[in-house]
Amino acid sequence: MSTTTSPLRPRRSPLLTGLMLLYLVYTLVPLLWLFLSATKTQDDLLSSPGLWFGKSFALFGNISDTLTYNDGIFLRWLGNTLLYVVVGAGGATLLATAAGYGLAKYRFAGRRAVFAVLLGAVAVPGTALAVPTFLMFSNLGLTNTVWAIIIPSLVSPFGLYLMWVYATDAVPHDLLEAARIDGAGEIRIFFTVALRLLAPGIVTVLLFAVVSTWNNYFLPLIMLSKPNLYPLTVGLTQWSNQATGVGARPIYNLVITGSLLTIVPLVVAFLLLQRFWQSGLSAGSVKQ
Amino acid sequence: MKTTHRRGLRRLVVATAAVTAASLLLAACGGSDDSGGGDQPQASPDAVNAALEKGGTITYWSWTPSAEAQVKAFEKEYPNVKVNYVNAGTGNDQYTKLQNVIKAGSGAPDVAQIEYQALPQFALPGSLVDLRQYGFDTFASAYTPSTWTAVHAGDGLFGLPQDSGPMALFYNKEVFDKYGIAIPKTWDEYVAAAKKLHAADPKKFITNDTGDAGFATSMIWQAGGKPFSTNGKAVTINLADAGTQKWTGVWNQLVTGGLVASIPGWSDEWFKALGDGTIATLAIGAWMPGVLESSVKGGTGKWRVAPLPTYDGQPATAENGGSTQSVLKQSANPALAAGFVRWLNHDGGVKPFLESGGFPSTTADLKDPAFVDKKSPYFGGQQINQVLTGAAGSVVKDWSYLPFQLYANSIFGDTVGKAYQSKSDLNPGLKAWQDALVSYGNQQGFQTNG
Repeated sequence: MSTTTSPLRPRRSPLLTGLMLLYLVYTLVPLLWLFLSATKTQDDLLSSPGLWFGKSFALFGNISDTLTYNDGIFLRWLGNTLLYVVVGAGGATLLATAAGYGLAKYRFAGRRAVFAVLLGAVAVPGTALAVPTFLMFSNLGLTNTVWAIIIPSLVSPFGLYLMWVYATDAVPHDLLEAARIDGAGEIRIFFTVALRLLAPGIVTVLLFAVVSTWNNYFLPLIMLSKPNLYPLTVGLTQWSNQATGVGARPIYNLVITGSLLTIVPLVVAFLLLQRFWQSGLSAGSVKQ
Repeated sequence: MKTTHRRGLRRLVVATAAVTAASLLLAACGGSDDSGGGDQPQASPDAVNAALEKGGTITYWSWTPSAEAQVKAFEKEYPNVKVNYVNAGTGNDQYTKLQNVIKAGSGAPDVAQIEYQALPQFALPGSLVDLRQYGFDTFASAYTPSTWTAVHAGDGLFGLPQDSGPMALFYNKEVFDKYGIAIPKTWDEYVAAAKKLHAADPKKFITNDTGDAGFATSMIWQAGGKPFSTNGKAVTINLADAGTQKWTGVWNQLVTGGLVASIPGWSDEWFKALGDGTIATLAIGAWMPGVLESSVKGGTGKWRVAPLPTYDGQPATAENGGSTQSVLKQSANPALAAGFVRWLNHDGGVKPFLESGGFPSTTADLKDPAFVDKKSPYFGGQQINQVLTGAAGSVVKDWSYLPFQLYANSIFGDTVGKAYQSKSDLNPGLKAWQDALVSYGNQQGFQTNG
């Protein structure tokens, strides 16, 4: 990117504004559909137009049905998802931060090798590793436990890469030198000096990790066969597939309401952490 | 919409499952080691009774709506037995998990629900217990011939039939009356009815079909086609045999003429179309009334049932859907597991299953006047079971599915589905499906001819 200063008041482009508005509609219409559909009963859902309200306003009834269906299994799934996100995404962020900082600020043999492995790991989609991971975990006796979801979630190659890049610029060498001369140990430097400087990057990685753990589908689908351990994604799919074949019992209204409830926490997280995220995204783009 | 997304996802899952199944098959070729069985008690009918008395704990995977009630009733009758009931997913979701735990060598349930079309895929590699050792082969006369055939693979007996799905024609009488359409007895009349209806109201269709492997195979079955045959490791696939062509001869007219609705089965749109008359008929299994009654409230009083149209006017039908309960080789207590299966599908479990709207495979229930002559308010008081039990007796014989039917079904959309999309001749699509299946079968260690 160029380092020239941009004008303070850029000219408005009608074309870009139009495109942006179009994109806004494109992004919001599915959310609108989801909300409107969540206000309908199963019968209304099948007999009223998609982008307007149905005959009745059943949002609250749907929410309470969703939360109580099958002895309240939805709440259990919500709790599971929260557990996987807090421990898995939180742990992934911590590990990525520590490792990224270490790789950025220490010179040691094998750094280049780590870099190559890291790039490779970013390129391999987690879905491709799900079945081998399953077989490995099965040998360890860890399938059908929460660890089957948490342990793989702890590894975030992309987060590590991001932290590496961010730490390279965000933590000046001179500052670390100064801290060392003052007699601080490396651990203390990391926790008291580096961590603060890295905060915007940490939030970015955390957000990425939270989103990917929250939306994690294939791994839990493979790993878990006890509905009690399912996260929301797998649970909702099970509800949705219930509408298929012999003995079908469609509960589309609950699937939709459940989906709405599922995305609310993510939307809230994004709105709250957005500022940090933006400053994190531009990390490393400009050389200071 | 989300259905297409789900289909893609499901295909991925099935493909992954298929890869797992493939390695499973190869492992089975390498020699049958004991997959967790340990020292099994002596196998005999007495062993089953003794195991039920002695008790123990077994795990049961199923997505049958009545499963929970059945388990409760079973535990009441056999207080020493504890059944861990798990709904591990519907159809393919469960099979993926099942194939993974079989491959891993541990974690499988003792008893699992398996659809007839998927049974060979689990039975032939040796993942299921042959129930002949418990004397279950003496139950033959208790079930319809078609379901009894369906629980066999090779010589072995790998489950007891839970239900059956002989196909019938469900039609919307209100739509038929409005447009003066008579109930079609032959497929030619059906095509004529499709044209008449669509010409009278372009928004209405005789049925929907976007390319569904389960439906297509059932229709080929009814037409007398026998495209799949397995003998040991030798698999023959012929999707251009006389029966298959008989079916495409009829169905091509509907597909190329744009006479079938492009609404995927089991989507919310489909349920909607069944209620508002957009879809006027369904050729589907006899278990459909339960689904209509509980989930298509808008169709109350409008739907009726007639025998499936045929090619020559003589009664003939095929099975569509239906499941068995099987005992897994990994079970530590196969005699107890077999006892549970016997109770589920031969003894006390049948009644709660039927009460939840299931369609029986047991001949005694199919003949029971209370069942046969029951008037159904949803169907305008029609005695629908007279038609449906009649269908159960006219299923065409000697059909078999592939030992990798789940994989086959998952690629149906990529091959035959394209013909549906472009509203063109289905035969080249079936040829592409056959070619893909032959090369897949050979990769899996079968001698596949096509």
